[in-house]
Amino acid sequence: MNNAVPRKKSFLQREGVRSVIASLICILGGIIFGFIVLAILAAVNEKIPFSQAFVGIFTVLSGPFSAGSGELIVEEFGNMLFQSTPLIMTGLSVALAFKTGLFNIGAPGQYLMGAMGTMLVALSIPTESVPAWIVWILALLAGTACGVIWGAIPGFFKAKFNVNEVLVCIMTNWIAGNIVSWVFQNSRYINVADTKMNFLSKTSSNGVATLGSGEMLGSSSMDISIFIASAIAVVLYIVLNKTTFGYELRACGFNKHASKYAGMNEKRNIVLSMAIAGGLAACGAALWCLNGTTDFKWEAYQALPSDGFNGIPAALLASNNPIGVIFSSVFLKYLVMGGSNLGAYTSFNDQVPNLITAVIIYFSGSAKLIKELLARRKKRIAEEAKKPVGKPEMLKADADTPDKGGDKQ
Amino acid sequence: MTLTLILQNTLIFTIPLLIVALAGMFAERSGIINIALDGIMIFGAFIGALTAASLRKLAFFVDHDQVTFLVALVAAALSGAIFSLLLSFSAIKLKADQTIGGTALNLLAPALALFFIKAIFQKDSLEMTSVRRAGGPKDFELFLGKGNDNIIYNIFGYISTFIAIALFILLSIWIYKTKTGLRLRSCGEHPQAAASVGINVNRMRYLGTTISGALAGFGGYAYIATVSGGTATDNVGGMGFLALAIMIFGNWKPLGIALGALMFGLLKCLSVSYLRIPFLVGLGLPSYFYNMVPYVVVLIVLAFTSKHSRAPKAEGIPYDKGMR
Repeated sequence: MNNAVPRKKSFLQREGVRSVIASLICILGGIIFGFIVLAILAAVNEKIPFSQAFVGIFTVLSGPFSAGSGELIVEEFGNMLFQSTPLIMTGLSVALAFKTGLFNIGAPGQYLMGAMGTMLVALSIPTESVPAWIVWILALLAGTACGVIWGAIPGFFKAKFNVNEVLVCIMTNWIAGNIVSWVFQNSRYINVADTKMNFLSKTSSNGVATLGSGEMLGSSSMDISIFIASAIAVVLYIVLNKTTFGYELRACGFNKHASKYAGMNEKRNIVLSMAIAGGLAACGAALWCLNGTTDFKWEAYQALPSDGFNGIPAALLASNNPIGVIFSSVFLKYLVMGGSNLGAYTSFNDQVPNLITAVIIYFSGSAKLIKELLARRKKRIAEEAKKPVGKPEMLKADADTPDKGGDKQ
Repeated sequence: MTLTLILQNTLIFTIPLLIVALAGMFAERSGIINIALDGIMIFGAFIGALTAASLRKLAFFVDHDQVTFLVALVAAALSGAIFSLLLSFSAIKLKADQTIGGTALNLLAPALALFFIKAIFQKDSLEMTSVRRAGGPKDFELFLGKGNDNIIYNIFGYISTFIAIALFILLSIWIYKTKTGLRLRSCGEHPQAAASVGINVNRMRYLGTTISGALAGFGGYAYIATVSGGTATDNVGGMGFLALAIMIFGNWKPLGIALGALMFGLLKCLSVSYLRIPFLVGLGLPSYFYNMVPYVVVLIVLAFTSKHSRAPKAEGIPYDKGMR
């Protein structure tokens, strides 16, 4: 009888497949919730016919493709890819910290410090005397370095003084916001040509812009930075999964005490992990700022950049897999594009994708449970298939064990 | 006069922090990490503002500001409690990762608030007119004393301040001195041991999180009615996260939390009223410096005191009866 059982694991039994299915179930849950909210609003408001709820959810799900004309679709698609870039980087930052057992809620601060370093270098080195591409690289490095230092602070406090990293991250976020505002107040970098004084000059005003900015896809801001970010994600995946250093970081996340017992320097690993996480978030800010078409709001003490916080859902949706972060970030921005089209073309507003994202994350918290349920269902199917062959009682007892364990006092 | 002003501004910042940090303590002492404090505050603030705005269509509530304020406060607390059920349900029933569940609520609350504010009012924020100073003693003169010359009124200012302090003291005594309070704390330390003496761990955790939600909703409304001048929108200035920090700072204990919130409130007050203190103006530092001081001081103090920091042992771990 044993020979009849196939050696290779069937499709549903594979861990990766189950993870993907669990994620899809979470996404479906989010979409259903989004539809319910739209339907309720359409039912309550007499001005909105009920059919609009279907139009609305379809608009969100079409992302940039619901933009109307073909030209606009291309532009929105390009913008989606560009706007995903900083999100990928902050997502990687959060994911890496999670892998080491740290919750990096400090990505907004690291992002701000990165933007500060980048803007200072990109705007102050004159491109008449130094080639623009060297300035570009220097600015990227300066921004990333600022983030590395800023990220290392929570790591240092955690390793040296045993202070909860969440707390230090929150504090450093607001400190960063104030430092950035302080550095740029009354400075020559503020864009005085604009009527509003809230923004710094664009890096393109000094001739510094990323390759392909404004040329690659229609009139969108799309440039090569999404490819840089994706390459960094792949490198991070390899470092985490295929090198000793990456293994040490992950071991630290699994069990700090065990990794210390095994001779790893767990304190050094915590500082390094946070420093790299900070560098990643800051690099995202640098890539975003260096595009040449983007505005940076210098009065950062009032509100922290949302891309910093959104790195958390991006990482969670990808179960902290660096390569998964690429897709989850693009997916989140895809929904955001759909949301802005929803606000523009229908009687609903642009908050629906945020609702959907929140519900997806809510469900993804119990992804483990969903995976278990999937496994159990698979088991039951197998059991039913085997029933006529014999020994039904034994098999049944096998399948029921997890349930009984849960119910017993 | 300056002293009155400083005390008043200190309390304005202290109260939301105090009550929300206590909210965090209740959840974590029962074993649930409540990182959703910020989201619950936003949701509570939104429902509270919505209640106040709708009640103001009736003449009675326009004439009696404080009654409106109280009703809105209760509505905010109730909505916070209900909203927090989402967290406790996912943490207890679905055995989900509590950090993820909390993060989801932090995303959900601003989206919900902004979605409905935009859908109902076609605006980005919901303003409650003339709620400023609504805590004044007009409707409750008997309890709070009369008029603007009253020193207690001038320092405490809002009716929410009195309620928050009373709640804080009562709940602190409750969690340390009563049977249920002890049971709740035991579920955060060793739920299996608690269960072995017949305590319903899940019920205790639901209780802790729900109290936490109610307090956070209360704090959210107190924040928008006092600090941000009666405007509900999609954020509470990161106050929920700050409260989380104050809770860790206070070592998950009421006295430490009160101390931390007061210290932070005082430093925060300096950053808004330093222009009235001649000595500080003389230093010529920008406002950003004073904005930064509270955060830097908290970090420095933590570096020295965190050796004794001890989180509830079982927080964040889904309760499993079979585990040793």
